[in-house]
Amino acid sequence: MASTQNPDMTPSLTQQYEPGEHPDWPAPSSVKGPVAWMRENLFGSVTNTVLTLLAVYLIYKIVPALADWMFLDAVFTGESRKDCRAQGDGACWAFISGRIQLFIYGFYPDAERWRVNLTAVLLVFALVPILFDKVPHRGKALIYSALYPVIAGVLLVGGIFGLEYVSTDQFGGLMLNVIIGVTGIAFSLPIGICLALGRQSHLPIIRILSVSFIEFIRGVPLITLLFVAAVMLSYFVPPGTNFDLLVRMLIMVTLFASGYMAEVIRGGLQAIPNGQYEAADAMGLKYWQAMRLIILPQALKISIPGIVNTFIALYKDTTLVIVIGRLDILGIGNSSLADAKWQGLSTEVYVFVAVFFFCSCFLMSRYSLYLEKKLHTGH
Amino acid sequence: MTTTVDQGSVAAQKGEPNVLLKLWRNKETRSVIIQILTMAVLFAFFAYIINNAVLNLQALGKTFSFDFLNEPASYDINQTLIEYTSRDTHFRAMLVGILNTALVAVCGIILATILGFLFGVIRLSNNWIAAKLVYCFVEVTRNTPVLLQIFLIQGILVHTLPHPKQAASIGDAFFLSNRGMAIPRPIVEDGFMFTVIAFFVAIAGVIAFRRWARKIQEETGKIYPVLTISLGILVALPLIVFMISGSPLAFEVPELGRFNLRGGWTLIPEFLALWLALSLYTSAFISEIVRSGIMAINKGQWEAAGALGIKRSWTLRLVIIPQAMRVIIPPLASQYLNLTKNSSLAIAIGYMDIVATIGGITLMQTGKEMETMIIVLAIYLCFSLVISAFMNWYNKRIALVER
Repeated sequence: MASTQNPDMTPSLTQQYEPGEHPDWPAPSSVKGPVAWMRENLFGSVTNTVLTLLAVYLIYKIVPALADWMFLDAVFTGESRKDCRAQGDGACWAFISGRIQLFIYGFYPDAERWRVNLTAVLLVFALVPILFDKVPHRGKALIYSALYPVIAGVLLVGGIFGLEYVSTDQFGGLMLNVIIGVTGIAFSLPIGICLALGRQSHLPIIRILSVSFIEFIRGVPLITLLFVAAVMLSYFVPPGTNFDLLVRMLIMVTLFASGYMAEVIRGGLQAIPNGQYEAADAMGLKYWQAMRLIILPQALKISIPGIVNTFIALYKDTTLVIVIGRLDILGIGNSSLADAKWQGLSTEVYVFVAVFFFCSCFLMSRYSLYLEKKLHTGH
Repeated sequence: MTTTVDQGSVAAQKGEPNVLLKLWRNKETRSVIIQILTMAVLFAFFAYIINNAVLNLQALGKTFSFDFLNEPASYDINQTLIEYTSRDTHFRAMLVGILNTALVAVCGIILATILGFLFGVIRLSNNWIAAKLVYCFVEVTRNTPVLLQIFLIQGILVHTLPHPKQAASIGDAFFLSNRGMAIPRPIVEDGFMFTVIAFFVAIAGVIAFRRWARKIQEETGKIYPVLTISLGILVALPLIVFMISGSPLAFEVPELGRFNLRGGWTLIPEFLALWLALSLYTSAFISEIVRSGIMAINKGQWEAAGALGIKRSWTLRLVIIPQAMRVIIPPLASQYLNLTKNSSLAIAIGYMDIVATIGGITLMQTGKEMETMIIVLAIYLCFSLVISAFMNWYNKRIALVER
């Protein structure tokens, strides 16, 4: 290819060459290079050209305006909306930064917020051995991960070991989203696996029960289940017992997610060829051995994208607690809008929450891609 | 279950042949034992919670009955598809709620399908810039909560749209303002029935014609322009009848009054926000389904169609799409279900759907938590069953018939 860049080699197209002597001319610019690429990909036909122009127009309209609003004209300090407007026309981020504590911790007492931070740090340590398999002492670390929910519960609620008791009514903001999301994710996977196996079971009663549970959960919206948690579940415990609302919500969210999880895993189970089941039988493995050693590892591997999608959906759905009066990050934002000093800033709040959710969900989907690639053992 | 195993293993260690152990070792009896135990545990659990519920209701002095449905609701609803005043019963309010949910679900499904197919096809097109733009939209939409999108669109509608006095109008018939969108209202006069009948006759005619055309094509290979003729019948026949019967349809166009828009139909902003947000959110998922469906078709199908000399536009319609539909339909059905269920988020912005009427205000007024929640859950289950039954039927109809 180096020779083609030599100006002395400018070809005469009619020249004859001996066999094997022909130099490699670059392809003509009509089939290669930026012009050809644009002709092919942007202006190939009339529809294509119209589409390109429309897209360029949209980008021209949206991107500069958005950049102006979010960064260039944005105001980062100020005491009220008037302050902001006096300094610039863009977004008034002062509103968010002034309330960032509220957005993260909700109404958790000021003096005890170190406990939330500690729980978050411990969560990271609990997640690492689960997410990555090249961690030193992974086996011991996993025991810690399994114990983590208990540790987190004790730390956050307190009441023992000299920790001050904090009512779950004071949980809120981002913290509430993470608590509900992580609990739902952690518990819905095992329950979902059991339900999926139950649905595939040869025992008719187990199968019927699993199917009706899954179909019921998938047939009703999460909001109605949260309403059930808020107003109806307390009827089902013995009179006089107090059943914490957060726990009721966690149960409902977990059951909801496990219904969807079960369907995703069933898809994976059905994709396993019958020969695998037969081979496991032929080896003399018992049901649970066969499932644990042969079927589930393969089925779960196939279902990874679906499992992660369910996690993402669950995480996004944690915002729904707002309808039963719990203030998560979105709810805090919504209720902050009622502050007379800051009225009319709804877009700022929603964009802030959207950016936060986008980042976390996008990370999750990237992790699922990484996992798929890592576990891809086929050809 | 565990106790049985323990007893068995203890007995085995002592060397005594145990009847229970024998039963447990036998595959058939074991499965019976497991199922009986499961049923027993389940019955005990239900007996326990029902007993608790009865005790709790007694303690609160409440009864379990659905009589409240016949009492007057005495609350207003901001969008009603059927006649409703606050003097009507809770049952009527529930019907209004069901219709409102159905309305937003049907409108949302239609718009989401159109947008989703459009976005999916654009992402597959070789137009780089449009594909990237749609990709950004899809990623942002799929990775943020739908409730947030509903709030955002509601906020934009209320804050940026003009006051009714300066309503933006399209051809002086449609008015868009922060009170919603006013559209002309059709007024049916006598004799419009004939047009409706003609329309149904036209549908029957089209079905018959298509059958006949297919039969002719299979027998002789002769192809009629089926689509053009069908559309012609569908439009022409009702139109002719409409003209003959003296155009018995008028429109009440909304008018700009002194303070507000009068007349016509108004789509309230809550409906618009919910409809747009749900459609956009679901369209992002549908576009991914469409994209993967079309990509799932083997490249050889394109090449085989080309080798047979089939035009490219026909290839897509006759070869690719019928095969892609089989991949697309099942996940599409679950997206439709999701949209219907997500419409329950209406309560967060004040659109009066099932959850907001019977599960919200009626529940608060009557204090019948159990009964109202049971009704709401049952209605959603019915919606889901109807949609999945229809999609299953459609899926079966287009499924590959293996010979």
